[in-house]
This record gives sequence, C-alpha cells and structure tokens, in this order.
Amino acid sequence: MEMWYTEEQTNNVRFSIRCDKQKYSAQSDFQRIEIFSTPEFGDILVLDDRIMLTQKDEFIYHEMISHVPMAVNPDIKNVLVIGAGDGGTVRELTKYKSIQNIDMVEIDRMVVDACKEFLPTVASKLNDSRVHIFIDDGLRFVRTVENKYDLIIVDSTDPFGPGEGLFTAEFYGNCYKALTSDGILVNQHESPFYNTYAKSMKQAHKKILQFFPVVKVYQAHIPTYPSGHWLFGFASKKFHPTNDLDEGRWNRLCIDTNYYNTRLHKGCFALPTYVTKQLMENE
Amino acid sequence: MKLDQNKAPIYQALCEYRENRIVSFDVPGHKQGKGNPVLTEFLGKQCMSVDVNSMKPLDNLCHPVSVIKEAEELMADAFGASHAFFMVNGTSSSVQAMVMSVCKRGDKIIMPRNVHRSSINALIVCGAVPVYVNPGVNKQLGIPLGMSVDAVKRAIKQHPDAKAIIVNNPTYYGVCSNLSEIVRIAHAAGMKVLVDEAHGTHFYFGDYMPRSAMSVGADMAAVSMHKTGGSLTQSSALLLGENISEGYVRQIINLTQTTSASYLLLSSLDISRRNLALNGKSIFERVTNLAGYGIKEINKLGGLYAFSRELINGDTVFDFDPTKISVHTRDIGLAGIEVYDILRDKYDIQIEFGDIGNILAIVSVGDKILNIERLISALYEIKRLYSKSSAGMLDHEYIEPIVVCSPQEAFYSNKIQLPLKDTLGKICAEFVMCYPPGIPILAPGELITKDALEYIIYAKAKGCNLTGAEDINTEKINIMVE
Repeated sequence: MEMWYTEEQTNNVRFSIRCDKQKYSAQSDFQRIEIFSTPEFGDILVLDDRIMLTQKDEFIYHEMISHVPMAVNPDIKNVLVIGAGDGGTVRELTKYKSIQNIDMVEIDRMVVDACKEFLPTVASKLNDSRVHIFIDDGLRFVRTVENKYDLIIVDSTDPFGPGEGLFTAEFYGNCYKALTSDGILVNQHESPFYNTYAKSMKQAHKKILQFFPVVKVYQAHIPTYPSGHWLFGFASKKFHPTNDLDEGRWNRLCIDTNYYNTRLHKGCFALPTYVTKQLMENE
Repeated sequence: MKLDQNKAPIYQALCEYRENRIVSFDVPGHKQGKGNPVLTEFLGKQCMSVDVNSMKPLDNLCHPVSVIKEAEELMADAFGASHAFFMVNGTSSSVQAMVMSVCKRGDKIIMPRNVHRSSINALIVCGAVPVYVNPGVNKQLGIPLGMSVDAVKRAIKQHPDAKAIIVNNPTYYGVCSNLSEIVRIAHAAGMKVLVDEAHGTHFYFGDYMPRSAMSVGADMAAVSMHKTGGSLTQSSALLLGENISEGYVRQIINLTQTTSASYLLLSSLDISRRNLALNGKSIFERVTNLAGYGIKEINKLGGLYAFSRELINGDTVFDFDPTKISVHTRDIGLAGIEVYDILRDKYDIQIEFGDIGNILAIVSVGDKILNIERLISALYEIKRLYSKSSAGMLDHEYIEPIVVCSPQEAFYSNKIQLPLKDTLGKICAEFVMCYPPGIPILAPGELITKDALEYIIYAKAKGCNLTGAEDINTEKINIMVE
C-alpha cells in the first residue's frame, strides 16, 4: 500500500509527501495533531492538516526566527516565545549563553508533550533550566505584562484556528507594551505568494505598523511551506535590523548554524519587488 | 417537558420533501435555486432546495394543522407555555401581536419608558394609550433599570382601567424586574402581563437564570430565539399563558403576517428549539462561565466597569442576566459608541451596541473562549491608547418623557418638519432613537425637552446611528401643528 500525506495548500494546489507510517494522532481541545515518518523529510508534524515542521527543513525556519533578532541585539537577556510548542525556536535561543530567561507560552499542552516524545531533536532544549513553559493563550498572557521582555518571538500557526488571536491588533499592541524600550518583536509572517496567505501577510504588516517605529520584513526559503517562499516580521522600538547589525560581534559568539549567517542576514531584508509592492499597499 | 423533544417535525418534513424530488410548478420562482445560479453558489444548494412555499406536507403557518402545529406544540412544551406561535417577522412582530391582542383604540397600557420601539409602534397601529412607569435609574452608570413594584402599584391605582402591563425581561443591559410580584398584583387588578423577552430565551433553559415569563404565570411573552437561542435572524416565538385565546391571537397575527412564511426561518426555529430543549442546560452553563470570565478580567483592568449581579437590589434590579457583558466606559473618557467604533474599526470586533456610557457584548451558544480573550485584550489596549479625561461627558441614558397625547394621534396629526434647534417645547410626531438599542429618546406625542435635544445632539456628535425620524439625517424633526 502506498501512503501519502497530501496538503491542500490552496483550493487549487496540492502538495504530497510519501509516508512510511503514522507515529502519532490525537485531537486536542484546540486542533488535530499528527506526526508521520517520511522517507524524504524525516518525521513531520501536522496540525489541522497543515505541515508545521519537517525534520529536514525545520532548521531554516527556527534559525531565521531566532538568530536575526539575536544578531541585531546580542544583549537580549529576557525572551518571550509565543506558540513554538515543538521547541525548535527555544533550541536555537538556548545557544546564547547571554540569555538569562526564556518564557514560552503555548496554548496546547498536547503539542508540547507529543513533540517531546516523538520529535526529540526539535524539542531537545525544552528542559533547559532557563526555559519556563506556560500553557496559556498568548494573547491572554501578554495582556498584563509591561516593559519586561527584550525580545518577543511569535512562532504561531496560520491565522485560522487557535493562532487567530496572534494576528490581531490587540495582540501586537499588547506585545509593544510588554517589550522594554529597546525591545524587538519577530513574528511568523505568512507568505506573499498565494492569495489567502498574502492577505494575512498584508493585514499583519498593516497592524504592526500602527505600533512600532521600525517595521521590516525578511524572507527565507522553506520547501514544505506553501510556495516555499516565507516571510518573517521584524518590528522594534529602536534597532534597525541591518544598520544596527554588528557582524563581527555575532560571529565571535561562534553560534553553530546551518542556514543563518550574517551575510544572509543583510540579504534577507532585500525583498522581491512584488512583495515590496504588497507591503507598500499599507504604508 | 412532557413531549418527545428529540422530534423536529418541520425539519423532518423538509428532509423528506427534498428526498422526494418533487417537480414544482409553484412559487418561489427560483425552483430550488436552479433559476438563480449566483445566489445558489453564494447560499448553497442545500439552503436553496428548502426555500419553498407552503404545501400540504409542509403545512401553512397562517393556519397550521400538521407539522407546523406539532412543532408549535413542541415549542410550547419546551418553554412551559400553553401555546407557542412561530413568528417570522422578528420579535417586533411578536411584541406587536401581544399589544394588539389585549388592547383596542383608547385602551390604556402600562409600560416602562425604556421599551423597544416595537411596543410603541404597536400603539401607533392600534391606538392604545401608554401609561409610562419611570424605571429606576442607576446614578453611577446612568442606565435605566427595571420597574419597582411600588411604581407599578401606583400606576395600577391611578389607572385601574388599564388593560395590561408590559415588562422587559431583561432590559437590553440585562436588568430584570420582580416579574412574579408584578404578575401577582396585575392579575389581582384584572390586567394582563405581556413580557418582552427579546433577550431572555436562555432564561427558559439555563440554571441560575432569572425567572422566565411563563414560569411566573405571565400571559404572553415575545421570545427572540434568534438573539441568544441560535435560530436564523428574524425568527422568533410568541408564547401564551393559559388564559389567552390561541384562536384570537392567531387572527391578530394574521392581520399583518406574511402568507409566504420562510421555511428557512421555520426550520431554524424547530431545530434550535430541539437543541435548547436537549442541550440548553449545558450550553448556557458554558455561556455563563464565558461571560463571567470576561467580566472578571475586564474589571481587573480598572477604569472600565463590567457590571453584573452586584447591582441586584431586590427591586429595580431584582435579577441580572449572567450571560451579558455590559461595560460602563465613561470613566476612561470614552462614550460607549466610541468604544464600539474603535473595536470594529481598529480591532475587527463587532459588539451588539454602544450608547452614551456603555457597551454591550452578547455572549451566546456560538462563542469560544479565544474570542472572549480577544475582546478583553482589545479593551485593555483601548484603555492604554485612547483613554482621556471624562470631564464634560453626558452622564445619563434615561430622559423622563412628558406625554402630551397618544402616539397614534401624534403620528397621524398635521405635522411640519423643523430644524432640531427650533423644536424645543413642541410636541414630537415621530420617533427619535439610537439604533441599536432602539429605545426611543422621543416617541410620538411627547414634549421635546431641553434634555432630549441635548441628548440627541450629543449622541450624533459621538457617532450614534440616529433613526426613526422622517429626515434620514435627523437634522429636522416632525412636530405636531395644533
């Protein structure tokens, strides 16, 4: 028998990966959680029929969402990660000895438990002593926090389903309030390529622009995400993502990476014209 | 409940109709959607295929003998009523049917002034005369409350010839009067009790809810199934107590009701009634918990005051609906309508209404905790980003009316339009209200006072949607010419 995982990336586009077996399947209070092992991509995590990560390409996403802000401000000590139940973002952050505290807020305990058991290479650092896991709605968590974090990373699902609240003006505004005066907000910013994702991308950008003086977008190539062309948002109260980058300082930290480097850092903010046009619609 | 509430006769008859693949040479002309492909694509084939006309197997709302009759009996059973009518022209039509069933031209009817416009509309149509009872007012919040039992007693004593009393159960804000006591004294005086339960469907099903009209022996109740019960917009139920003639009320309903009742609306009432009868208790327990959580979190912030059962005072607030999130906004320097607008324009959150000093969010069968979190977080942000001094803000919602003549006489009198500022001291010949909530600032036959004019001008400046006047911009008001 052939077994394939097929994702409807849009109503008119499908993406399939051959599977060897299903390792985990459960319905939580929030979503359907599945883990398959596949010959090409290793183990893959699927939430509500969307690929969240594969062992083969997760390093791209997790390095780009973590090292870009860390290289802009290596003095970051207190980090809030929202979503990120698989642990990949936390794994990258724990590479910095200078970080003193990582609060991780994930709404779905079952995602954390499943990843600890079945995706140990991704969830490997969730037990680091600096990491504190809160099972809560991210929106609810930031509501009462003020002037506390140097960096907030929003590592969320798409804005349909439990991640919806993390793409709202009330969330970004509350993040602004929760950040220190030189704080940075980095978020999973959807894709510019297919219309449904592009719409969320433009709306998120428009909402973030209301709050932060510096709002930029950068890109990466993630083969298993729809279209492969994926964006991240960089918003900050003070730092410019490329002008304030001290390449030498970051490179002296000798952080081990496979995708991120400081030359790429400067390049990833150079966006294709069609993306710039979409973002300009709101500016 | 005595009947088998698992049944849903209209729903079942429609399913059967669809399976039978009837060839139709009757209206509606779209013929199960085939004649209107764009509409069918938009609403869905399933929906269009049951948008049909009355016919033998589907009964007729004007004169029900089979499946509609049975569905109405199940509805009555579920609500503890002697009879129930399915209504397809909104709860406004239920309210009007109540008034017109007990009043004729010149009859008096006792009611609080903070009724919905549909009650006063009924008076314009049938010519009955209102006797207004001043509802209590909460000074801090500026909102009208329920009628005190003493005020009702006084009105009965002064107008022993009144035919009926209308009671809001609850008001838009969620306030309930002492309904069982009002029923007792009204019945002792030979008056009927009509209850506007547009926002009270859940009182019949949830635990720890205020008393429902039928449970305390009221004579008629208008229940907005579509507001908190889950049926389609415009569908409603009219409930009768034991001493009201079903046949006469049907005649009254048929004076103004469509003869082509929508089966989409009727089936939505049938299916929603079944759901409430079978699952209402757990549904409204969840809803109460969601609203209670929202209230608690909003009050933690300070500045915004989500009011609820602490207002209960044994009389003008005899009870309070625990499923509402009513929030007083004036202390952060914003009118309710301003918060309402910011929520929609900046945060994509649509709430039920905002008026001068308050907003109201309706929590119901369809809500999720994550949406409540969004509302709470947006309010936190609005306080952080938009709050200002509350000096100079209007502080009350209730304006004491001075009734000069009956609504019907005023509405059909000779009248002229005058600019707002020139109408002071004249008699108003139409409604002026903010919609929502649809409670008149001025009703036909009332003196135009300085308070009323100030309120109208203030509400307009704050962005309220003013309706009711012939001049759609409410820059001019129709006044009576003596």
